[in-house]
Amino acid sequence: MFKSGIADISRSLAAGEFSSEEITKAYLARIKEKDKELNSFITLCEEQALAQAKTADANRAKGEVHLLTGVPIAHKDIFCTTGIRTSCGSRMLDNFIAPYNATVVENFNQAGVITLGKTNMDEFAMGSSNETSYYGAVHNPWNKELVPGGSSGGSAAAVAAHLCPGATATDTGGSIRQPAAFCGLTGLKPTYGRVSRWGMIAFASSLDQAGTLTRSAEDAALMLNVMAGHDPKDSTSINIATEDYTTNLNKPLQGLKIGIPVQHFAKGLNAEVETNIRYALSEFEKLGATLKEISLPNSHQSVSAYYVIAPAEASANLSRYDGVRYGYRCENPKDLEDLYKRTRSEGFGAEVKRRIMIGTYALSAGYYDAYYIKAQKIRRLIKNDFDAAFTDVDVIMGPTSPHTAFKIGAQTNDPVSMYLEDIYTIAVNLAGLPGISVPAGLVNNLPIGLQIIGKNFSESHLLNIAHQFQQATDWHTRTREI
Amino acid sequence: MEWETVIGLEVHVQLATNSKLFSGSSIEFGAEPNTQANIYDLALPGTLPVLNKEALKMAVKFGLAIDAEIGKKSVFDRKNYFYPDLPKGYQTSQLDFPTVGKGSLKVTLEDGSTKVIGITRAHMEEDAGKSLHEDFHGETGIDLNRAGTPLLEIVSEPEIRSAVEAVAYLKKLHSLILYLGISDGDMSKGNMRCDANVSVRLKGETEFGTRAEIKNINSFKYVEKAINIEVERQIDILEDGGRIVQETRLYDSEKNETRSMRSKEVANDYRYFPEPDLLPVIIDEAFIEEIRETLPELPDAKRQRFMDEYKLSEYDALVLANDLAIASYFEAVVASCNNAKLSANWVSVDLQAHLNEADIPISESPVTPEMLGGLINKITDNTISTKIAKTVFEAMLAGEGNAEQIIETRGLKQVTDSGAIEAMVDAVIANNPEQVEQYRAGKEKVFGFFVGKIMQASKGKANPAQVNQILKDKLSN
Repeated sequence: MFKSGIADISRSLAAGEFSSEEITKAYLARIKEKDKELNSFITLCEEQALAQAKTADANRAKGEVHLLTGVPIAHKDIFCTTGIRTSCGSRMLDNFIAPYNATVVENFNQAGVITLGKTNMDEFAMGSSNETSYYGAVHNPWNKELVPGGSSGGSAAAVAAHLCPGATATDTGGSIRQPAAFCGLTGLKPTYGRVSRWGMIAFASSLDQAGTLTRSAEDAALMLNVMAGHDPKDSTSINIATEDYTTNLNKPLQGLKIGIPVQHFAKGLNAEVETNIRYALSEFEKLGATLKEISLPNSHQSVSAYYVIAPAEASANLSRYDGVRYGYRCENPKDLEDLYKRTRSEGFGAEVKRRIMIGTYALSAGYYDAYYIKAQKIRRLIKNDFDAAFTDVDVIMGPTSPHTAFKIGAQTNDPVSMYLEDIYTIAVNLAGLPGISVPAGLVNNLPIGLQIIGKNFSESHLLNIAHQFQQATDWHTRTREI
Repeated sequence: MEWETVIGLEVHVQLATNSKLFSGSSIEFGAEPNTQANIYDLALPGTLPVLNKEALKMAVKFGLAIDAEIGKKSVFDRKNYFYPDLPKGYQTSQLDFPTVGKGSLKVTLEDGSTKVIGITRAHMEEDAGKSLHEDFHGETGIDLNRAGTPLLEIVSEPEIRSAVEAVAYLKKLHSLILYLGISDGDMSKGNMRCDANVSVRLKGETEFGTRAEIKNINSFKYVEKAINIEVERQIDILEDGGRIVQETRLYDSEKNETRSMRSKEVANDYRYFPEPDLLPVIIDEAFIEEIRETLPELPDAKRQRFMDEYKLSEYDALVLANDLAIASYFEAVVASCNNAKLSANWVSVDLQAHLNEADIPISESPVTPEMLGGLINKITDNTISTKIAKTVFEAMLAGEGNAEQIIETRGLKQVTDSGAIEAMVDAVIANNPEQVEQYRAGKEKVFGFFVGKIMQASKGKANPAQVNQILKDKLSN
């Protein structure tokens, strides 16, 4: 039962092989048993999940079903959930219970999908290893000494360990794709504006995008069908009709033009990772695609630009955590300034404070032009690079990460090397494009990811390409018993 | 030394929308604290702003009324600072790309001359909540009902040269926003607030002096007083060889003084940057034209029309057109009596005097336009004299009914029967031979004595014109 993905569970529920209550109970039991070693969940929603499952079974009996009715999933603890704590991985929100559901959560609830729990994450989604969480590091199911990647490390570890068949996640600079690569999963980051950000706690508003961590492209398509859509409550959500993202899964790839950016195969890329990625690319040639070397000349500036823009936005987004209305509040503040200083010093972790300071600095009088404006110009150049490339090729492919998962603690004292973790993924967020990471080989028994980048709103095409690759290979089925 | 005052005004106008600038909460005045603050206003995590389109329309409407450039692309920015009544830790405002760009306002000064004052810009922003320091015993209460209320901040060029000009500008602005219906302009509720940037320089100097910003002045009267007292303060300092510090000052109306709030040297660095939760607001010509079509006749146009259509003097037209409610009242009076000159006099003199005395707006006048028109009709058809009309008007104010009823019940109808008047004239001539003698000897002033006697005899009801004519004829015989 636990080897199943979302599509399999959906089919079994329809066929009556088991009830939603049965599968939900089974997952809850497995989480309780196995997650002690992984720490992938912050909150388990046992009572609510079982109630949801009973309702789903009752609705199914009445014939009132969505394709995913009764399927249990997990939500990254960045999505607000009515009546269930939403911590965002931070002490600041350790006591925060939202009186509303994020649009993403609401969409899943409406479809009858069960929420098993809320998954661990880097604090306020700031991190690439899930080590900045107030609730402790998450362990990679492939090797518990390793990180699962971040910031959606809890969602990735939970899916990889079969603690849930799929999970929501968010991606600001690679926070879905990099954990997908490290945990051998399919990680989809849709186009900016495709999925509502309402009720999703903001890190960097112009970059944040909700997506999925699943075992297959087909599962990702099924989840995206529920998540995607215009939301009048999110002014940056785009009013373009959604589609059935499963429709094109089986289209052949004959004639597909794949761009291979030289900058993603340059110095810094692990040789064995490169070998595996090149081998994966040759699979696409077998499927009828052609490869073409392209250049994204400004990609070397993406990490620098990102670490100005994202912290700048974060510095303002996190100002609301002031101890006045909700969340953590220091004890016995002696005056207003003391309340602010101690609440924020005690409530935020080191990485969050570091980024607030970087962002505050970048926006300060006298530095704004040199940092924020310059970074925005680079952002434009990066977008132009992609636009130029897409006149020539249909999609762009390369490694998701330069290496496999690293050891817990290995990079915690070196923020810059941690920031470079997202060197291949960040430009995609800066340009607002959709990207997907699919398992594409093993190096030293650890998974690696192939990143596929598409044009705006080409999710259907990306899922089609990923699915065809998964029909031709079995990397996505590889798993490690825990 | 002769000094010149330089003033620029920043006026915050609360827009008369139903809901807040970025949330659906009501903005009605006077609700229980924190009952009009939803999850966005409280800045709960994950909540997002959605621009109130009515507020945008109102801003554009204002821009069109002052002939301003309308920002086809306006951008909201975050202005960052920590304060407990600012839940998000930033105020969403507009910095580089305001909805309303350069425009101007023509104001009329007391001597009747006009001056055009430039408006630099008008931008939309959200208001903060209120910190309540009383009643909380050393703690501070926060009321977020006002947080997120839509404001239009209208910034003038530093082209105002005296406190009197500043008040004239404010009054014109006030008149305009009421005409446009974009705000109730109620200064006592803070729905129109004024900050004044004041500096002085030697006459003939081209550089500006160092300015002080006087915050939150909440009446026309205080604007004038605050500026005058601040100008005096600055001149005193400069004449003593001192230096003006750039700072924010608060006007204390009880002591009639301004005092320092905080110096700009320790002021916040607001770290403005474009609000990433909102896309730039793109406005096209069609949208602008749609709003242009909803523009009412504006004060200047109305004044001109009153001069052309009703042949009013410029002064009368200005007095009546300045306030939309008065202008509308005036036109309703004209509609029911067809005499613009008399209507103008009655509205701007007699009625206005009563309203001022009773301190009520024209909308609460006990005399309706139709009643006033009816009274004027009684004058023009010679039923009553102007003098009697004042009596009737007082009676109308006292609630005795309309002109017709009052004239009837009080028996005030004018005597126009020339036979009756002749009899009264004859009697007065017969009873006052001494005065007749004087008049005939050339002392024409005595004529008024006779008129007085006759009016007394008729209890004021004799038609004055007829009295004059008959008296003149009889005396010259």
